Amino acid sequence: MSTPLLQASFRKRFNANTEIQVSSLTIDSPGVTVLFGPSGSGKTTILRCLAGLEIPDEGTIIFQGETWFDRGARRHMAPAQRRIGFVPQDYALFPHRTVAANIAYGLQGQNASAVHARVTEIMGWLELTGMEQRLPATLSGGQQQRVALARALAFRPRLVLLDEPLSALDQPTRHRLRGELRATLKRFNCPVILVTHDRVEAAVLGDHVVVMEGGQILQQGAVSEVFNRPANLAAARVVGTDTVLPCQIGPVTDGLATLTVGTAQLIALAPAEPPDAEPTYVCIRAEDVILVRPTEMRTSARNQLNAEIQSVTDEGMLMRIELDCGFPLKALLTRQACADLELKPGERIMVMIKAPQIHLI
Amino acid sequence: MVLFSTRMAVFSTLLILPPGLALAWLLARHNWPGKSLIETLVSLPIVLPPVVTGLVLLQLFGKNGPLGHWWYAHFKIVFTWKAVVLALSVMAFPFLVRSARVAFAEVDTGLEQMARTLGASEWRVFFTISLPLARRGVLAGILLAFARALGEFGATIMVAGNIMGKTTTMSVAIYEYMQNGEDVHAWALAGVSLVIAFVALWFGEKLQRRPY
Repeated sequence: MSTPLLQASFRKRFNANTEIQVSSLTIDSPGVTVLFGPSGSGKTTILRCLAGLEIPDEGTIIFQGETWFDRGARRHMAPAQRRIGFVPQDYALFPHRTVAANIAYGLQGQNASAVHARVTEIMGWLELTGMEQRLPATLSGGQQQRVALARALAFRPRLVLLDEPLSALDQPTRHRLRGELRATLKRFNCPVILVTHDRVEAAVLGDHVVVMEGGQILQQGAVSEVFNRPANLAAARVVGTDTVLPCQIGPVTDGLATLTVGTAQLIALAPAEPPDAEPTYVCIRAEDVILVRPTEMRTSARNQLNAEIQSVTDEGMLMRIELDCGFPLKALLTRQACADLELKPGERIMVMIKAPQIHLI
Repeated sequence: MVLFSTRMAVFSTLLILPPGLALAWLLARHNWPGKSLIETLVSLPIVLPPVVTGLVLLQLFGKNGPLGHWWYAHFKIVFTWKAVVLALSVMAFPFLVRSARVAFAEVDTGLEQMARTLGASEWRVFFTISLPLARRGVLAGILLAFARALGEFGATIMVAGNIMGKTTTMSVAIYEYMQNGEDVHAWALAGVSLVIAFVALWFGEKLQRRPY
């Protein structure tokens, strides 16, 4: 394997009692790497250190064999030399420049017609055509987000850094743009590091995930790996207990859709309009999963699956049960319910989920 | 003389513009040793009686002054039009710097950082982001500096004196006319300065109101 894309190990004090410890953050493939963790876990500071806007107290940052930062060698490459496409949380659009001028800002040094061609091309891709002469303040939140993205991508950066790209938007817009963003990032095929505290966003947008808490990296790996098999209790607490998996939507009858998840089939309410982006993800809150000892009975729950208990973990008030029912599934039960059912790893159990509680994203 | 006065004020304002903006920028964006000393020194002419500032300048640039001694051998400053420019510049400088400094400080550093990540040099960041966004405050500073320069009396008369047709500015002339009992001339000049001040303010307002 050739040199990794990005190798970073550094320390940075970011407030009185927290220090960020990035120990061997390694990204060796293109695609989207998500820095995931609760607010205040130092994700934004890491991004700013990678952009060169903040200087770590110690350590090194090496990108494609090029030293961006090396405390020992007293080397700090200026942000202007790194060629990164940075989209901060507030987008930082230049209020006095038109949309076209904002997008063209990184394209200096090229001749006017080349700049114009590139701006036109990228505005077309991001569906911004016609807004060339508008000022940022006249745009909606979603449009501003796309302009910021267009500006960051226009000058063909070597690495794209996105800080909570959807958090400034209202809920319905965020929902809609999530799919769009995924499609855009796929199309540009440039390595991306994205910061988010939203689990669904992380699962939908990310190929790899780095789980963080209190300035520490708890786990890094492929999204499905990390989200479904957290390495330790701390990582599990951060990634949460929801099941988020890719699925395929099958035939729809009487408003109910049949989904294929892993080797199992699930029934869910059919989405009002078909999700535009592939693949679609299924999201099941662990609290909504019901476990039943197999008996003869009829139930209103549309989904009944045979499952094997993988593990039972104490989570304080609740117990976390990991199951295999053709796909990995997580359930949260009260301590008492757990005791009543006498759940033990290796045993088989019946899983029930009501169709409306299966969310498609 | 009206023309001379206006020309002197405009020239002084233009002269202090580059160093004034550079200093304002340095004060707003960076911390450096001696910063507060420079800050105080620059602002001194605002609080000091203008005559005192004039006296100090006369000492510094005069025939026997530490700076003047060398200068004098090459070209004379005091009691020439250059002394008028010197006095006006020193008196107007703090108004420009203070106003521009506040304006620069209010520009979102996130926008400047954004420009840097897009590959912009520090010069480009300054001229395409910081300066346009601080435009209002900078314009207000230029206007204040110009007004100050136009109305300056105390420092001018100390270093440039009152040589009719050579160093006499409007303010000095108004004083002189009153002294000689030529009230009509004094009032006429007062009217002219009112018009100039009015036009300058109106123009400044107009520029400031313009959207980006």
